[in-house]
Amino acid sequence: MDLSLIIMQLFSGIALGAVLVITALGLTIVFGMLGVVNFAHGALFMIGAYAGLYLASLTGSFWWGLLLAPVLVGAFGMLIEFVLVRRLYGRSIDDPLLLTFGLSYILVEGVRIVFGSDGIPFPTPSQLIGVVDLGVGFFPKYRLFVIALVAVVLLVLWLMLEKTRVGLIVRAGARDPQIMRVLGVDIGKVWLAIFGLGVGLAALGGVLAGPMRSVNPEMGTLVLAEAFVVTVIGGLGSIVGAVVAGLMVGICISMVALFAPEMATIVMFALMAAVLLVRPQGLFGLKGRA
Amino acid sequence: MTVESTGEAASLSHSRRVFAVLSDHRVLVSLAALAVLPWLLPSQALAVNVLIYGVVVMGYNLLFGYTGLLSFGHAAFFGTGAYLTGIAIGRWGLPWFAAVPLAIMASTMLAALIGTISTRTRGIYFSMVTLALAQLVYYVALQASSFTGGENGLRGFTVDRINLLGWQINFLDPVNKYYVLMAFAALALWVQSRILNSPFGAVIEAIRENEQRARACGYDVERCKLIVFMLSGAISAIGGCMSALHLSIVPLDILHYQTSGMIVMMVLLGGARSFFGPFIGAATFLILEDVVSLWTPHWQIVVGAIFVVFVLFLPKGIWGTLLDVLPFARERR
Repeated sequence: MDLSLIIMQLFSGIALGAVLVITALGLTIVFGMLGVVNFAHGALFMIGAYAGLYLASLTGSFWWGLLLAPVLVGAFGMLIEFVLVRRLYGRSIDDPLLLTFGLSYILVEGVRIVFGSDGIPFPTPSQLIGVVDLGVGFFPKYRLFVIALVAVVLLVLWLMLEKTRVGLIVRAGARDPQIMRVLGVDIGKVWLAIFGLGVGLAALGGVLAGPMRSVNPEMGTLVLAEAFVVTVIGGLGSIVGAVVAGLMVGICISMVALFAPEMATIVMFALMAAVLLVRPQGLFGLKGRA
Repeated sequence: MTVESTGEAASLSHSRRVFAVLSDHRVLVSLAALAVLPWLLPSQALAVNVLIYGVVVMGYNLLFGYTGLLSFGHAAFFGTGAYLTGIAIGRWGLPWFAAVPLAIMASTMLAALIGTISTRTRGIYFSMVTLALAQLVYYVALQASSFTGGENGLRGFTVDRINLLGWQINFLDPVNKYYVLMAFAALALWVQSRILNSPFGAVIEAIRENEQRARACGYDVERCKLIVFMLSGAISAIGGCMSALHLSIVPLDILHYQTSGMIVMMVLLGGARSFFGPFIGAATFLILEDVVSLWTPHWQIVVGAIFVVFVLFLPKGIWGTLLDVLPFARERR
């Protein structure tokens, strides 16, 4: 096994991990703020992929799909929060989880009605077809683009959370919503926006994954399990954890795929089990939460 | 006026007494209800499915309803029970009465393994971890196709007659089949009732109500959770064995996340935390599936919507709400 192949596979793992990071980040931000785990996250990822595909064919350009799909699906997420999830704050923590689970049934079946049950190919944008010479080997342009875009999105999110006033409110709200209310912040609006952001990130993950995986109504199930694994390893509610664990899982999957392909789908679950045995709260999780 | 109201009160206390007697003999009453089920439902096949899923959901109810642990991976134990029954009969040539205990034991061991990892976590984490570990079981079954038949499912084992102490029962006859499977359900009902009546049953409900307080009372909460996880897996595995014997094949889908989700839906529709609720939930779900799929292939959208309505407005499910509303049932569950 030569070294360049391993390095190429490492890059594939990072590209795979980048999509996982974005998707898991949406899940973890919503949990950190609202204390809600969105079981429809995988279904919304899938809707993001379909929305991207549809908008791209409507406008004739992948870029419009990439830009508009997360925004529109994110707005749809805000509608879900406003109409459904909001009613369940203060009830058992299981209730929003059950609700979003039921919702995922509706969403998946809705997509089946509109787009059919079969998979649809998602064409790679023409500008990004082909490979780039990285010195050690040739690597698909599209995957490099995914890695770069995710890095940019992460940077923007980080700047927003750490350097702006809005970010300050969000971080404080995650610590203690009660105090924020006393200070005169309408925390309901913040939660609405954060839920929308989380769903938007799922949709972005869906559009980005489109050209790398096949787009079908069932794609959300595996994504949901993957996002759960990543957030459990990283620590629920931890942004750094989602980034580290997402890349770790992505690299792990593609490395195992190189040496023992039949183990590739299993390895991430084993990794999660191992982490849980040592640190039940995840790598970057707070102790009280787990 | 006065005469009327005392009459009403008398009849109320009478029906309350009747209800108390009924719930003291809940296993027998449940069995009586299940015995007439094939004549109440439109088809024999539907009744068998209600019986099988009722048992699976009942096992799950021990974990979710009574202990308050929302697992999203119960398909693992249902499926392992079914697969091991099929493998033991078809590949190892064991008779059914050896295969079934073996399958239940194997599922209990798997539950011990998954339970050890997942009960280390709490709340939402628990749901996510059980889901992920059940998916792991699914992918293992998919990859180990020489053993499980992979995507095609496990085939090649058929139990056509059940030999009971020299008494041959033709298992292909649907009526016989139903009542033989009901014997399995009777075992599951009896075990469940015994667990709930035992001091341990009181401890798991204490954990659901207030984990901290149960711990402060000196109970080993982690150990209790692990034990209830294993018991729950074992009871659901009985349903798996029934399914394998009934269908003579084990589809791979039995281990899928959708199956776990269906179990959660059924328990919520029927009423978590009630003894007979799981059977009501299984019947409701399966009848809905049957009826709605007559006029649209997209029955899942209807089922999903109904489920959402239940979460929002009827979180205690059909049976649980009924027990709350009926005046003579209100005092006891």
